[in-house]
Amino acid sequence: MSFFKIILLLFLIVCALATSRSKNLLTSVVIYMSYSLVMCIIWILLESPDLAITEAAVGAGVTSILFFVTLKKIHEIKEMGAPEEENNKGEELKG
Amino acid sequence: MSRVRENYENGAWMRFVRFIDGETKEGESEKEKDGQQEDMEKNLRLAKAAGEREAVHADLYHRKRERSLSDLSHMMDQYETWSKTRGMQLFGKIYRIIAFGICMLVIAVLLITVANMPEFGSPDTPANSGEVPGRYIEKGQEETGAVNIVTGMILDYRAFDTLGESHVLFIAACTVLILVRIDHRKDGSLVHKELAAEEDDRKLEPKNDKILQKSAFILVPVIILFGIYVILNGHISPGGGFSGGAIIGAGLILYLNAFGFKKTERFFTYRTFSAVSLFALLFYSVAKCYSFFCGANHLESGIPLGNAGDIISSGLILPLNICVGCVVACTMYSFYAIFRKGGI
Repeated sequence: MSFFKIILLLFLIVCALATSRSKNLLTSVVIYMSYSLVMCIIWILLESPDLAITEAAVGAGVTSILFFVTLKKIHEIKEMGAPEEENNKGEELKG
Repeated sequence: MSRVRENYENGAWMRFVRFIDGETKEGESEKEKDGQQEDMEKNLRLAKAAGEREAVHADLYHRKRERSLSDLSHMMDQYETWSKTRGMQLFGKIYRIIAFGICMLVIAVLLITVANMPEFGSPDTPANSGEVPGRYIEKGQEETGAVNIVTGMILDYRAFDTLGESHVLFIAACTVLILVRIDHRKDGSLVHKELAAEEDDRKLEPKNDKILQKSAFILVPVIILFGIYVILNGHISPGGGFSGGAIIGAGLILYLNAFGFKKTERFFTYRTFSAVSLFALLFYSVAKCYSFFCGANHLESGIPLGNAGDIISSGLILPLNICVGCVVACTMYSFYAIFRKGGI
């Protein structure tokens, strides 16, 4: 196993752990996207370009976009420079 | 003239109707408290109707974030009175029994099937002895005409599996549509609320973002062309219907993000989605179901296999690839559209 492959596999493990451990859901989704991209490179190294194309289109593209839309629907993504809403949300969470 | 029946409310039919409605007001003091009972029934019905309405628009409540704890407890009370009536209890019991039975039946069928399968990893099975993969690799190109052995396998030897996968995608899109869809027509007053909710939803996103629009203007044609290339060359180079369809879907989503729903609705509406999915799935089913009924030894389709390596070659694989690509692209796009605005 080449050095490059080992680095990629280690990156996969780190990405998977970070996805499950990160507290911000938006960060989780972005890390999951990078996981898919690395997985796509690994598919190419494993000589299955079919899967690589599909992984890049579905795993990194469409799935993440659907995650983003869902996060927006459940009000997890907040507008930048809107501190009042955050304060309100914090109070709600406390109460 | 038949005689007027006395005590009509306590007849078998009315009791059955009340039982169906899930009301258990038949009691000892019924005659004395007739008027009261009617009022109570009315109240119960009103409460139930209100509860149903609340359940339908629960998402609105989520969006408004005005639901306080008292509202929650009120809803919980309604839920309890609703579930404690006898008809619902009986229905719940029958439902559980039937669900348990179906579960056990499915488990039994699956276990029996697994028990009849050859032992996992044993060298005698056709998959491990080299019989099946050897045939695929040696005779694949000759029999299917596809240079890309994977596509030859997916769309010729195992086309029925791919048919099931396309249907799974279509059913998933239908289910998401059922779950997330917002109905615009039935209640006139609702439309404004939904529109307001939609405006609130789109508050965070930049409208007419120049950078996004310019990059999408350059990228989208390339992405869609690449998707079409992947679909059309599915039997020659890596790729195929699913990958190409996903690429086209991603390109459509990018276009939608940049230019909004008004631009995409010019060429992609609910009618487009249903028509394209219907025709693609129908063509696939008609073209490939015969090999299921003929026991995998296909009838001759009459289409020449052509020269391996040409785009128009390998018989049915190219049209099947196009069908799968259409279904996947429509499904990807409609997923996104349904998630965004509750409809295609």
